[in-house]
Order: sequence, then structure tokens, then C-alpha cells
Amino acid sequence: MHIKDTLPELYEIRRPLKAAEVQRRLAGKQGKEYWRSLEELADRPEFDELLHREFPRQAAVWDESVDRRSFLKLMGASLALAGLTTSCSYQPPEVVVPYVRQPEELVPGKPLFFATAMPRADGAVGLLVRSNEGRPTHIEGNPDHPTSGTPERPAEHRVAGLDIFAQASILSLYDPDRSQTVLDRGMIRDYTAFLAEIRSGLSGIGARQGAGLRFLTETITSPTAAGQMRDILRRFPAARWHVYEPAGAQNATAGASLAFGEPVNTVYRFDRADRVLSLDSDFLSAVGANIRHARDFINRRRVLEHLRDGQAAEAGREPMNRLYAVETTPTNTGAKADHRLPLKPSELIAFAAAVAAGVGAAGVSAPAGSVPHADKIPAIVKDLQAHRGRSIVIPGEYAPPVVHALAHAINAALGNAGQTVLYTEPIDANPVDQVQSLRELLTDIDAGQVEMLVIVGGNPVYTAPADFDFRSRLEKVRFRVHLSPHNDETSELCHWHIPESHYLETWSDARAHDGTVSIIQPLIQPLYKGRSVHEFLAAFSDRPERSGYDLVREYWQAQNIGGDFEQSWRRAVHDGFIPNTQARERTVSPRGDLGAQLAAAQTAQHGGLEVVFRPDPSVYDGRYANNGWLQELPKPLTKLTWDNAALVSPATARQLFNIAENAYTYRGTELEVPLVEVRLQGKAVRAPLVVQPGQPDGVVTVHLGYGRTQAGKVGSTTDSTTVGFNAYQIRTSGAMWYAAGAELAATGDVYPLSITQLHFNMEGRDIVRSNTLEEYVRNAGDTGREHEGGGHGGAPIESGEGHREIGGTGSHKNPGPHDSLYYTEQGGYPYPGYKWGMAIDTLACVGCNACVVACQSENNIPVVGKDQVARSREMHWIRVDAYFRGLAENPEGVHFMPVPCMHCEQAPCEPVCPVNATVHDADGTNNMVYNRCVGTRYCSNNCPYKVRRFNFLLYQDFETPSLKLMRNPDVTVRSRGVMEKCTYCIQRIQWAKIESEKEGRRVRDGEIQPACQASCPTEAIIFGDLNDSGSRVAKLQADRRNYALLAELGTRPRTTYLAAVRNPNPEIPSAPSTGDAHGETHG
Amino acid sequence: MPQIFHRSTNTLAKLSIFGGLFILAFVAWAVAEINRSSWNTGAFVEREQPVQFSHKHHVGDDGIDCRYCHTSVETSSSAGLPPTKTCMNCHSQIWNDSPYLEIVRESWRENRPIEWTRVHDLPDYVYFNHSIHVAKGVGCNTCHGPVHDMALVYQAKSLQMEWCLECHREPERFLRPKSEVFNMRWREENKTAEQLAEGRRLKEEYAVRHKAVMQSCSTCHR
Repeated sequence: MHIKDTLPELYEIRRPLKAAEVQRRLAGKQGKEYWRSLEELADRPEFDELLHREFPRQAAVWDESVDRRSFLKLMGASLALAGLTTSCSYQPPEVVVPYVRQPEELVPGKPLFFATAMPRADGAVGLLVRSNEGRPTHIEGNPDHPTSGTPERPAEHRVAGLDIFAQASILSLYDPDRSQTVLDRGMIRDYTAFLAEIRSGLSGIGARQGAGLRFLTETITSPTAAGQMRDILRRFPAARWHVYEPAGAQNATAGASLAFGEPVNTVYRFDRADRVLSLDSDFLSAVGANIRHARDFINRRRVLEHLRDGQAAEAGREPMNRLYAVETTPTNTGAKADHRLPLKPSELIAFAAAVAAGVGAAGVSAPAGSVPHADKIPAIVKDLQAHRGRSIVIPGEYAPPVVHALAHAINAALGNAGQTVLYTEPIDANPVDQVQSLRELLTDIDAGQVEMLVIVGGNPVYTAPADFDFRSRLEKVRFRVHLSPHNDETSELCHWHIPESHYLETWSDARAHDGTVSIIQPLIQPLYKGRSVHEFLAAFSDRPERSGYDLVREYWQAQNIGGDFEQSWRRAVHDGFIPNTQARERTVSPRGDLGAQLAAAQTAQHGGLEVVFRPDPSVYDGRYANNGWLQELPKPLTKLTWDNAALVSPATARQLFNIAENAYTYRGTELEVPLVEVRLQGKAVRAPLVVQPGQPDGVVTVHLGYGRTQAGKVGSTTDSTTVGFNAYQIRTSGAMWYAAGAELAATGDVYPLSITQLHFNMEGRDIVRSNTLEEYVRNAGDTGREHEGGGHGGAPIESGEGHREIGGTGSHKNPGPHDSLYYTEQGGYPYPGYKWGMAIDTLACVGCNACVVACQSENNIPVVGKDQVARSREMHWIRVDAYFRGLAENPEGVHFMPVPCMHCEQAPCEPVCPVNATVHDADGTNNMVYNRCVGTRYCSNNCPYKVRRFNFLLYQDFETPSLKLMRNPDVTVRSRGVMEKCTYCIQRIQWAKIESEKEGRRVRDGEIQPACQASCPTEAIIFGDLNDSGSRVAKLQADRRNYALLAELGTRPRTTYLAAVRNPNPEIPSAPSTGDAHGETHG
Repeated sequence: MPQIFHRSTNTLAKLSIFGGLFILAFVAWAVAEINRSSWNTGAFVEREQPVQFSHKHHVGDDGIDCRYCHTSVETSSSAGLPPTKTCMNCHSQIWNDSPYLEIVRESWRENRPIEWTRVHDLPDYVYFNHSIHVAKGVGCNTCHGPVHDMALVYQAKSLQMEWCLECHREPERFLRPKSEVFNMRWREENKTAEQLAEGRRLKEEYAVRHKAVMQSCSTCHR
């Protein structure tokens, strides 16, 4: 019998609600309520199903129908096999293979950490990479590095953070789809054959001074590579170097040139800023200085210690910074803002000009015509002016150059330049206008002037603007060479493809966001005989076969890095960077009149639907498309996995398609959304439509990086699978980031999406709490606790009102220390030794997802695939819930809440396990014993936090050899049929305990950092011993803001949360009470 | 209708009702014994090795300390297996033309590691740490048996969880002074009242954790 017959409702097609009905349901749902999705806000019946079943639709395990007879046969066979396998199998004999000559310092069983860096266009990130017996297995930040670490602190207090791209790059190293051989016109050849062909090619070109030789690179910040390029250009003076980076900081470069006449680099010092105005900048997540920005911004945001203790604020010191975020699409930065002002891209310049005129920036007059959010600008200007030299106006990474110029003018007028906004020499070795650079290359190709094109990294066939028609023009070049890690879309069209080695396999160097030179050292020999950029470029020098090590070392030997070279070099390799190599600071002043540019920019606008292009939050510009961890990572706000989508506001969706909410339809196990066609300037692409709360009306956001055809097994769109759509197809050189005049058309088709926003929902109980700074300070004296020891006390923090009060009694009554649903001895176990606990500060969490990927890397968590995610079977041990607040149209703020296992002292999962597979240990952590688990799933059914994950299928890849190298040897690799969940990184706890025991001392505070804490850029997650009253976690849990999640259940969770505090400007009334500024501007 | 069964079958039937219980008990006992037997655990099975290396000779006769070869036993989870270099320290001088050692010399010449057969193999979900046991006064022979008397090394104990727990429940039965940890001739187990009293004293002195900590699942399983 087919499952369809027993549970017909699973296969029933549910129609999306019509707009009117949704509006009716949403009516009156305003104010303090927190919600994760529009479904939840509207209280749809589908949502109920998701709510009541942790793994919704899990009954539909059988994809094909199984009749009674075959079912019995299968059962019989499996019983027989079970008998055979359990009684008659030995552990297979193992061999042990010692070294012949054991390397110094290598102790089997003890990991080593090496400093290196991940090179990126907008600045390298310093790393510490863990190496287990020669295999890099996990990446953490380098505490001494200016981007990822905290060199400004004393050595013993240094911490480091990372972002998802650096964290997940370890998987890219072991990616079995990486290119493994040199290809000559599709045939496998060796590298010497390539060198021979280059030599003969260069001999002709060399005679003409290099005329016809062209290089196309990505943004290069490596001093060695830049030196090599300069040498090549010296050798071939007529050769040319073109640069194209699909999602680089070109607008920042152009904006600096516009403002100052030279492409200076801007360094923002959020650690000195009390007021921040973001002009469509996502500085908390935009690649480059994101880790540094997030840490500095949040540190300035932490409510000062003395306020916690209820004392009066110190004179002259702001207790908390304030962020105004103007944005064209919802971002993490907007989520953390105290005032989020959504607007259309076409209105951004007017807004920036109005602020500039308001602060009296030189050469800017107030814009004619209507200005969005005009009512709020005077208050913002006043606030900024009250903090001269202590504020930052940061332009969007992708905002037009004129916005950058305006921001520079505003910062100059506010006296911020030189204080919070520093200007330095560019870190980009060749800071040209990249679109223009690419255009020149193509013009020359058309003119027949390009004979040999060398593409160094990048994938321009996929990423070049659609109007350039790069593909067909590339084919006109007589000789084409491509260096890249994958045999991708561009390699396919090139004569020679050279595999590029991963940065963990190479010697190199790169500049960080402030210019600091980071040394990149290899952790492992190249797995697939790849070449680094340096070794590849050497082919065009007179000494073609040099090793990367020699090239990098020689470059720095020629520079003066201070003292004895050998000593300084060793120190730089050990530390991961060369000290005092920050880019030289510059004093520049804006060149006055921006009137002409402003006028030009303003007249260029035209109506229609506007499009915002953004690099994807997970796969960036497409280069990480084959990384399963990143593909499966729920994007911060949409919680979409494995796809990109066209994001529109609820009002726009209603207006264009007469649908609202996320327009989800369920059919069987799948969730489907309408497929629409995005038309822009004669080009079109079909995209799934997702309704995004907070999106400005009349704006469609599309993310780049999907719809690749040659990414590899994970990220490629093939005949049978679709991995997103390719937004590059509608992106043209004239409108790289913002475009107007688009159309959205219904296609009548639907498309399945895997969105985790609704998964593991905890119902509308008292989950997120926040308050304003004003009320927080006012209530400072009130420290009264209603009950001691029972989760949160009567902390004067407002809580979101659950829209389902339990039994009408309210959910805020706190249990006493002995109130519990679960059996306990009188007083419970005393935990005399260690008492591990965790505090998660929702004020500090910026929703960057670094913890999720760090956990996946540390704990050998598998990737399950889009289809399984759709069935709510993702395996992440920690998830980051996003709670919206207020109106669907313009949520007041988004609260991010990382949710790992709570390690309840009275854990509901434990009494229901029939085989004692989940039990407490003596330190109070809730253990999961994999070899006992028989897979009843009772535990996850009984978990109120929904943090347990079950291996429904064999998700772990036990076959691919390269992936075996990547695993953490200290964590069991789980197989099918086993429950798993966060362990507080028990392997790290045990490691620290053993080391401390051997030294005869207790574990020191901060000695154990679970992977999530170690990767968190803002120190939002703190772990430690609650028995040590001096520990950071004990202090945080004693804070007024501390509360336990669902404390009323009496589970006594060891993981608690700190309520968020926001600092809105009292002169700007909050959105719901004034009506929405939105309505005024867009009617 | 004639009787098919003779009267005496009644007794047989009655007996088998009671006998059934005995049979069940016997089966349970047999399963438990088979499970604990060396047929299942692999205990006392001597493993062939590529090189005819004798611990009896090197430890028993020559008196070489365990740590000369197993260098990381005091610092790491793994005791460490000696690299070929360690063999060659001596055997480049003595027995340097012995045919038995050709494999070692070949490994040294060709830079190719020797592949030994693992004798003590715990399941992959068990994380044993040598260094902490050594630091708390658990002797080598308590777990590894009389290695100084083994020509070919075999696994001397069952390595089953109940065997681990014997010590994790009552460490005083197995502790010895730290100075005697590498003494292969020290008693494997404290048995007399006097010895047990010393065990209890050492348990205090070495701050061996409470049995609740030592019996926690997370102590060994991760």
C-alpha cells in the first residue's frame, strides 16, 4: 500500500492563501510579537503541522510503495542479516604504520596548529589551522592577526573569529571534484608540455615586446604576485594586465577616485565610533574586514559593565553605539540596526545627498525633489553632529561611486576622517576600473590584437557582464590558458587548463584589509599536483620552474623586513604575518564639488521595478558553489538552502501576483513556490519567488553565484538537478549592482525550495527578549528575582508575548529550583567538580553563521542534500533562528538566536530513551552514546528545543578517500540510524581536563572553547565552568539580561541567553506607531 | 482410538516444561561466555608481525624501558609506535647483517614505513588516552599483561567495557606508585588488604576522580 493511501493529507496540494485572507489574519498582529516567518505570523494550518512534528512528513520515508509481501520479505531478510552480522563479525584486522623518520615536534595523537591566511580580494584573513598527523582538519582564526584576531588586547585575553567562507574552505581543499590534471585541449598532459608550448609561444610574442600577450587576473593583493606581474610587464612591455573581480570593491575604488582623485583604501574604526550610518552597507558580513568590523561594532555595543550593576552612566562615555541602516535589501547589518530604513536603490543617492547637505558637507546642496525618510533625516543629522569625530558614515560596498564620494564628504564634514575613518594606500596591487579593464580587453580581442590570453584564476565566462558576450569573444583568441581550481565554464573554452592549488597547499602572501602582509604557508603537499599563482606566473618569466616557496621567500628577502632576514622570516611564517606592514596612512581631502556627478546620477534613474544584485550570502560570487557545507547553510535571513531566489516585499508580491506570505505550497514532502521570470533590458531569467519581510517595495533582489554548469557534482545545474538560477545572465556592465526598469512575469510553473525557516519551530513562547537601552537603564536598580536558581528571574527585560499563552496562565511564571516535570532526587545532583555551561548573548549575535560551519567542520557533520533538507532532516547541531519583530512590511529588527543543545539538567530526552543512549555525565553535560542508540527518536520527540538530529539515511560519505582525510579524528563518525546533537565539543572538554589533570590543576577559564565559540567574531558564545564564580560564563549568567529558554518547563538548561538591548533614537518614533515611512514614499 | 503416545511421554512433557527454563538459562549463559571468550575478544591470540620482533628479548632480556620506543606514552593519547629510525639507532651497529632485520633495513633504505599488525584495537567510538592513565599510576602490565615475557605480543585482556569499568569503578585495585608504572614485574592487581590500603592512599594522592566522573560516558566516548 502506498503511503499516499494511509496519509492522504501529505500528498494533498495546498493552495497558497489569497492576499485578502492573509491580510485578515495578519491584521492586529503587530507590536511586540516575534515571529520567524510570515506563516507563523499568519497562523496558517500548515504551520501547525510543522510545529507539532519535529520532523514533519517524516512518515513518508518510503519513496516507492511497498506491498505487504515485499515488506515481509525485507523484514525477514534484515532480521536474518542482523543475526549474522552481530554474532559472526570480528573487527577487521588493522595495520599500524609508523614513520620511517618521525618529524620533529610531531607527536601522534596531538594536533599541531600552523598560522596561515586565506587570500581574498578585499583582504586576507589570518588563520590557525589544526593539523592532525599532517592532515589539515579544522580552521580557526589567528588571535594575533589584525583581521581575525585581537592583537590590541594583552596576549592572554586574545580571541579570534572567522566567517563562513574561511571556515568552509577546508572542505574545498578536499573537494574530490577539484581539477586534478593539466589539460591540453581536453587531453591529459603534463606540466612540462605546457611550459614547452608557452616557451615557443613567448618566443614569437617576445620579439614584438609582448604585443598580443594579455593577462586577466582577479584582484591581486599578494605582493609577490604583484611583483611577478610587474616583472613580466617589464620583460614584455607591450603586454597588458587586465583585472576583473565579479564582486570586488570596484565601487569603493571608483568612489575614492571620485572624491579624492586617487584610489585610496578606507579603513573604518568601529571601535571608536558611537554613531554609525550605513548607506546600504552590509559591513557586518561583506567579505574583507567583516570579522574585524563585527567585533569592533559589537564591542562598542555591549552595555557597559557599570550599567549592568545599576550604577549611573559615566559622564562623556556613550554606553552603547547606535546604528542607522539605510538599505535596499535586508541584510545582517540592517537586522542589527537600531533604525532600519528600507528604500529603493534609486532613492539612495538622494538620501545620501540630503544627509550630506544636512551636515554641511562641502559642495553638496540638498537634492531637489522628494527624499525618502525625509522626516527622519534631521534627527539622524543632529545625532551625527553631536558625535563629531566619533561617528562613521559607511557607504555600501556595492553602492554607486557617487554615494561613496558623498560618504567621504560627510565623514570629512563630521571630522571623522583621521579619527574613525582612516585612508591608506590601496591594498589592491592594480586598482583600476575593472569593468572598463575587461571592456578594453574585449575591444582589443575584437580588433584582433590579442594573441595569447592568460586567465589567472577567476571564471569570467560565468561571471562577466551579460552584455560583454565574453564566451563568444574568448573563442576568437588564438591561444588561451586558464589557471583555476576546477575545470570550470572558462576552462572548457581554453586550450590549456592548469589546476590551481588550494591556499592550504601553497606558499604565498596576501594583504589584510588594513594592508598587513600575511604569509600563507602550506599545511599539506598539493593533493592533485596543482600549481600556485606564483608557480604559474613563473612560466612567463625567464626561470619558469621555480617553487612557490623560493619565489615568496626571495621576494621578501629583497624587501627589508627588519633585522636578520632569516630570523624575521621565520618569525613571520610562525606568526602568520609580517608586523608593521599596514598600508601607509594618507591624509586626503575631498575635492569639493560633487554637483555634476549628483545631477548625472539623479537623471540616470528611471522607473519600473528595480533590481538589486548581491553576491550570495553562502556561495559568494559562485566560487564556493561546489562546497556542500555552504550550499546547505541556511542563508541568514531567508533561511534558504541550495538555491537562490528573487526576493520581493509582501506588498509587491500582492500587487504583482495577488499572493502573499511566502506563497508556499506543500505537495507531499516538498515545498513549492511560484517560478517567475525576471526581465531586465531584453534579458530574462527564471527564478523562484520568495517573499522577504523587510524588502523595500518595488525592489527585486537576486543573488549571484548560482546556476553554474561546471561547478562540480555538488554545485552544478544538470539535466536532472537545478542548483539555483544564474543571475549573471541579466547583469550588464552598465548596471552591475542596481538596475531599474525590470519586470516580473508569472510563468505558471512552480519550483521546489528547501527553506529551514520553519523547521524546528518552538512555538510562539517566550523565546526572544529585548529591550531598549533607555528602559534597561531606567530599570537598572531593579534586580529583584522572583525565584532563585530557576532560569531567569524577574529581570526587567521585556519579553515577546507569546501568541499562545499556555492555559491562559501566562508563560512567565518561573519554576523554583525543585519544580520539574522530571524526576529528580531532592536537590538534584550537586555537580561538585566542573559544571559546564554556556551563555549566548543575543545582543552580540550578528547571524553570520560562522558557528554553524565551525561546528560542522569540528564534529564531522554530514551534508544531506536539498531533498533531505526539504524533509527537515538537515544535520546542523547548531542553528541560528531569525526572529522578526513588528510589521511584516517593515520589521523593526531581526533577532538572531543560535540554538545548540541546551544540556538541560533535567533533560526531557533522557527518561524516554529505552536504551540509555542519552545520559548525563558527572559535569552535567548531556551525552549522546552513539553505539547504544537504536534510533527510536523518542528523545527528539521529547525535546522542547528541537535540537536533536537523526541520521535517517547514510548521510556520511564513507567512500570518498579525500573526505576521509578531512575528518576530525577525535569525534566519532556517525552512521545511519543514530541520533546526534551538540556535545559542547566534549572532545575539547576532555582534552583540556586531561591536560590539566596531568599538570595537577583545574581547567582554566577560557581554556576550553567549543568550535562555535572559537569561530564567533563577536564573542556572542561563551562557554565555561559555572562552579567558578570568576569565569566569564558565570558572570554572564549572573547578568540582569540572562534568561533561560523555555525556563517554565523546568528543564534547567545549562545554556542560557542574554537578552538583546537596542538603542533607538528617542527622537525617531518607532515604525509601527507612526505608520510606515514606506507608505509615504511609495504610496 | 488408540493412544499415539506412550504414557511415559507425559513425564517427558512435564520435564521439558521445566527443562525449557534450564535451556533458556543455559543459552543465556553460553552467549555471555562466548561473548567474553577470547574467540570473540581476540585475547591471547598472538599476532604475526612483518618483523620477528620479540618484546621478551628487548624488554625481558635487555631491559629496555617501554618509553625508549613508545615515546609519547606520557604526553599523548597514543603511546606512539617507534619509527624505523628507532630500530636503526641500535641495529645499524649490532646485528646489522641479520637476515631477520632485512625488512627494517629495507624500510630505512627505501624510506618506506613498516606495516605492523595492530594488536590492541579498540572500537572507533572509544577514545583511550595513555598519558592520563600513566599520570595517575596505572602500570603498563595492568592492561598489557606480561609484555616482558611475550615473544609475540598478544592482547592480554578482553578490552571489553566491563573490563575497563573494573578499574574505573574501583581504581584502588589497580593503582601503583608512579615510579613503578613502567616496571613490568610489579603486580598487575592489588589483592591483599595491605595492597588495597596502599591503592586507596595513592588514589587520594594522585587525585583520581570520583567514580561518577570516571564512569561518565563522555569520559571515553565522544
